[in-house]
Order: sequence, then structure tokens, then C-alpha cells
Amino acid sequence: MNLRATLRLAIQALVRNKARSLLTMLGIVIGVAAVIVTVAIGAGARVSVQQSIASLGSNLIVVQPGSVTQGGVRTGFGGASSLTPQDGLAIAQLPGVAAVSPIVSVRSQVVAGGNNWQTQITGVAPTYTFIKAWALASGRFLSESDVASIAKVAVLGQTVVTQLFPNGESPIGKTVIIKGSPFTVIGTMTALGQSGMGQDQDDVVLIPYSSAMERLTGLTTVNLLMISAATAAQVNPVQSEVVSLLARRHRITPPQPYDFQVRNLQAFAQAASSTGTVMELLLAGVAAVSLLVGGIGIMNIMMVSVTERTREIGLRMAVGARARSILNQFLTESIVLSTIGGLIGVVVGVLGTILVALLAKWPTLIPPGWIFASVGFSAMVGIFFGYYPAQKAAHLSPIEALRFE
Amino acid sequence: MGGVVEVRNLRKIYPMGDDEVVALGGVDLSIERGEFIAVMGPSGSGKSTFMQIVGMLDRATAGSYSFEGRDVAALTDDERADIRSRRLGFVFQSYNLLPRTSALENVELPMVYAGVPEARRLDIALEKMDIVGIKSLADHMPNQMSGGQQQRIAIARSLVNDPALILADEPTGALDTKTSRDVMRIFSDLNATRDITIMLVTHEPDIAAFAKRIVTFRDGHILSDVPNVKRAA
Repeated sequence: MNLRATLRLAIQALVRNKARSLLTMLGIVIGVAAVIVTVAIGAGARVSVQQSIASLGSNLIVVQPGSVTQGGVRTGFGGASSLTPQDGLAIAQLPGVAAVSPIVSVRSQVVAGGNNWQTQITGVAPTYTFIKAWALASGRFLSESDVASIAKVAVLGQTVVTQLFPNGESPIGKTVIIKGSPFTVIGTMTALGQSGMGQDQDDVVLIPYSSAMERLTGLTTVNLLMISAATAAQVNPVQSEVVSLLARRHRITPPQPYDFQVRNLQAFAQAASSTGTVMELLLAGVAAVSLLVGGIGIMNIMMVSVTERTREIGLRMAVGARARSILNQFLTESIVLSTIGGLIGVVVGVLGTILVALLAKWPTLIPPGWIFASVGFSAMVGIFFGYYPAQKAAHLSPIEALRFE
Repeated sequence: MGGVVEVRNLRKIYPMGDDEVVALGGVDLSIERGEFIAVMGPSGSGKSTFMQIVGMLDRATAGSYSFEGRDVAALTDDERADIRSRRLGFVFQSYNLLPRTSALENVELPMVYAGVPEARRLDIALEKMDIVGIKSLADHMPNQMSGGQQQRIAIARSLVNDPALILADEPTGALDTKTSRDVMRIFSDLNATRDITIMLVTHEPDIAAFAKRIVTFRDGHILSDVPNVKRAA
């Protein structure tokens, strides 16, 4: 018997028992749909974590001031006023360092014409766009001469643009007032979206760090130093170089505690990524279990079907069916059942994913490979769980099968 | 003249725990082309076992069986299946039609396994259905037909591959007297006009009366093997 005849026979048999076939398929449908939805959510979450880590900057090393103790009270990291722009310049000379930017942060009210908005004022170096991998939307970014001349220029984040210039006019060349000083807007940044911590990264005004120190904080120290290593492999060596350089510059000798703290984001990125992988595997595992249960459902129904059709099997053998034909017939039935179930499952899964994306507003991503994999896997479930019943059918004795009541 | 079936000292023994049951205790029989033979005997006489072995649904314990000159004991299961599909036709007491499958598809079934191309199957099936007078029922399902009609479908099914031998196992066992006679007349006609070889298994003398030769089994042996002089019609 050829493949086409076998396939037709299987489909006929399944159509004859429509309700039962559909209910049997349901197990596979739910299993595959569950795989697709969970994988889509898992992959979506992983991609958005990766994006938010990438948005923090590439090969980033952060230097924070250390803690100081005043009258027995320890301030925690960042409490000490120990980092200066000169530290940054010294670090920039180290091998493997691509860029350094001092960071001076102040929250302040910003006024433009009739609008005002409280936002984060961040004093940075011209290298900041490189370190953060953040592109300019319009105008120009801060230059070295802006820093040197303590210029009153500002680059606005998209949130600030919409809040201060709600009518859509270009902010370039306009004046914004920060803590009483007029700053000229020279550029705007592209939208960066939320950070991994849910912060709006576009709610910011960037000005030269020298201007921030001079006009806003009045201090000679900065809040942070952001360092970008040239390559990911150089992050750790650069980090230790930075530690020893700053220890020398700050004249710290052991066992004196460091007055600064150096961290990189790789550990964070790896942790986030491996958490995502674990989650994804866990979800896929749960979904695979439901697929397995669907497969057992198929086996169950195929066993019932073989028993129910014992006489049919006997007759087919009497009129000349080889054992192989009987095996193929039942195996094909279970494969058709599970594959159609798998295809319906993919459709349901994709629709479910779209629904999740719309209703829960979760990021989702359906890797195309998973669609083929899950249909292929359900076909394999059909073979695996259909083989035993089919084998049982093929090895019936024709006489006993014909006599079966 | 080559025999269709040549059986020598055929034995079939079923183990029953430590004991054994002798179903056939050494049977010799030849069936020639064109014969219409009735195998009779009470239940337990071994006639059904004999039919199953001749029909290659079961294997003998000992003895020789040659079918159209081939030694059946030496054949593999697949070869026996192929002979069943091409050279043998079966008619059962309970018709054994596939449920929820049209009469036409039921008749076509042996040709599916014999590898007859689809286009030819339809022609042959309709031709054989015409012979037994049920061509008009081609689209009917078995549950829409009377017992007599269903058995005619089964006879048409047994004819499609032009078998060397038709084995009919109590073909009238589920039918009333009138329908039984109608069905037996079909067998008689097939044998008389088309020279089809038939082996009929029955325990009813008036059914066996349609055959040309009557073989009676008792306790696994042939009790008598006589030509039927008073044939029914």
C-alpha cells in the first residue's frame, strides 16, 4: 500500500470519529500552544532585558565614591566626595580604556518659556554618547570646548523635549533656565526608553560636567566616573587597573579602606541573562510536560481504537493486509492526529501570544525555529506514542481478531 | 490437472497447559479447480480449523499443504498475506464489512492491498457487484442494508481479485431460510457459470446440499468424502 492510500485511510478513520479525534488532538493543541506562548514570552523578556542592559552602555565600568564615616555615621557608597574630573583624565590614559566621562547629577526645575519641568540634570563629557551608545536626534552634542569654556549649553532628552516644548517646535537654539542660569539648547537625544530598573532614561538634560560643577553643585567633585573598556574582554583588567590607579592617586595604603568603589555591569548582565535562560527552560519544561500528557492521550485513544477495531484489523489481514500495512495504518493515524494537533496548536499559540502582547503588554517574540520544532516534536510524539498501539494491532492473530466480539 | 489445494496428513495441535487438544489429526484432501466443496461437521470437528489453515490465517502443526503448487509452510507471513489478497476470497458468517464505509469501498478493499490502481478498482468493484446483483447499493453504508445484501457485498468483495479459491465460513449462519437459499444460489451460479472454486464450511445439511461434493469432519478426521448426488437448486 502506498503512502497516499495509507494517508487517506488514516484521515478517513479519523473523520469517522470526529469528536473523539478532536478531543484527542486537544491535548497536543494545548501542549504546542503552551510551548509557543511560553517560549514567546520567555524570548521577549530575554530580548528586552538584553536591550535594557545594552542601553546601560557597552563594556561599562562605574566608579562611585566610597563611604565616609562622620561621627560614627557611615554614609554608604557615594557619600564621600573623593572623585574628581582629574581622576577621570588619569583613567583615560590607561590602556584598554575607550572613553571616560565624569557624571554630575542634580535634580532641578527647568523652565522654558511658559513651561517648567523637574528633571535630572546630568553633567557629562562629550564621550557620554559613546559610552551610553546613545545617538543624537538633532543638533549637536556637547564638545570639548563646551567643557573647557564651562559653556551654558544643554542637550535634551525626548521626555524633556515633549514636556517643555509641547507644541512640537524645535528646541534647538531656545533657552532653558536651570537654577537661574540660562542654557542654550544645542541638541536633542533619541528616545532610549525605560532602563532595566523602570526609569525613564529620556527624562534628562545633559550639560557639560564643568558647567554642572560650576553653576549647579558648586563642588569640585563628581558623582560618578563612567568608563568604557575597549572590548568586553578588557573590562576586568581595566577594572583592576582603575582600582590601583585611584588607590595611588588618593594615597590609600592597605589596610586603609578605599574611598571609592569600582563595579562593572557584566556580572549583572550575565545574571539577568542566565535568569532569563532558567525561566525560559522552566517554562518550556512545563509546556513540554503538557505536550507529553497530550501524547499519552493519543496513545490511550489509539489503544482504545485498536481494541475497538480488532475485527476490522482481522478482516484487513484476511483480505491481504501485511502486518506492515496495519502498523503503518495505525501509526499514520496517530501521526496525522498529532501533526494536525500541532499545526492547530501553533495557530492557537501565535494567537495567544498576540493576545498576551496586547492585553498584558508584555514583550513577546516567537522564534520561527520553535514553530517548526513544535510541529516536528508533535509529529514525533505521534510516532512515539502511536508505535506501541500500532505494533499491537499489527501483531494480532488474524483468526483471533476475526473472532473478537 | 493441477490441484488448487493439496493437503497431506495435516495436523493441528493446540497446547492446553500440560495437555494438548488435537484439532486436526491427520487430514488428506485435494481440491481441484472448479470444485464446489462443502465441509460439514459438528462444532469441534475441526472443520473451522481446517478452513483457517487452508485460508492461510493459521499454520498447521505438521503435515504438508500446497496451494497452487506452492508449499505454504515455507512461506513467510508477508507472502501468505499476498496470496490472501490475490488468490483467496473470504466470506464470513458475520459479513465483516467495515462500518461507516460505503459498499463500494468495502468491495474495493482487497484490491487496495493487492496494489490495483485506483481507476481500475472502481470498474472491477462495480462489475463484481453487478454479478451478485447489488450494483445499485454502491453508495450505501453497511448499516443501511439487510443481512442478505451485506453478505452479497461480502461475496462481491471475495471476487474482486479473481481468486483461485473462495472460502465461505458459515456464510448463511446469520440469515433466514429464504435469504440463505438466495445467497447459496449465488455461490452455485458463480461455480457453474464462472468456474469459481468454492470451499463452503457449514453444519447445516440443506446448505451443504448446494455443493457438488460433501466432506464430513469428525474429531479432527475426515469421516466421509462423497459427491453430492441430490444437489439443491
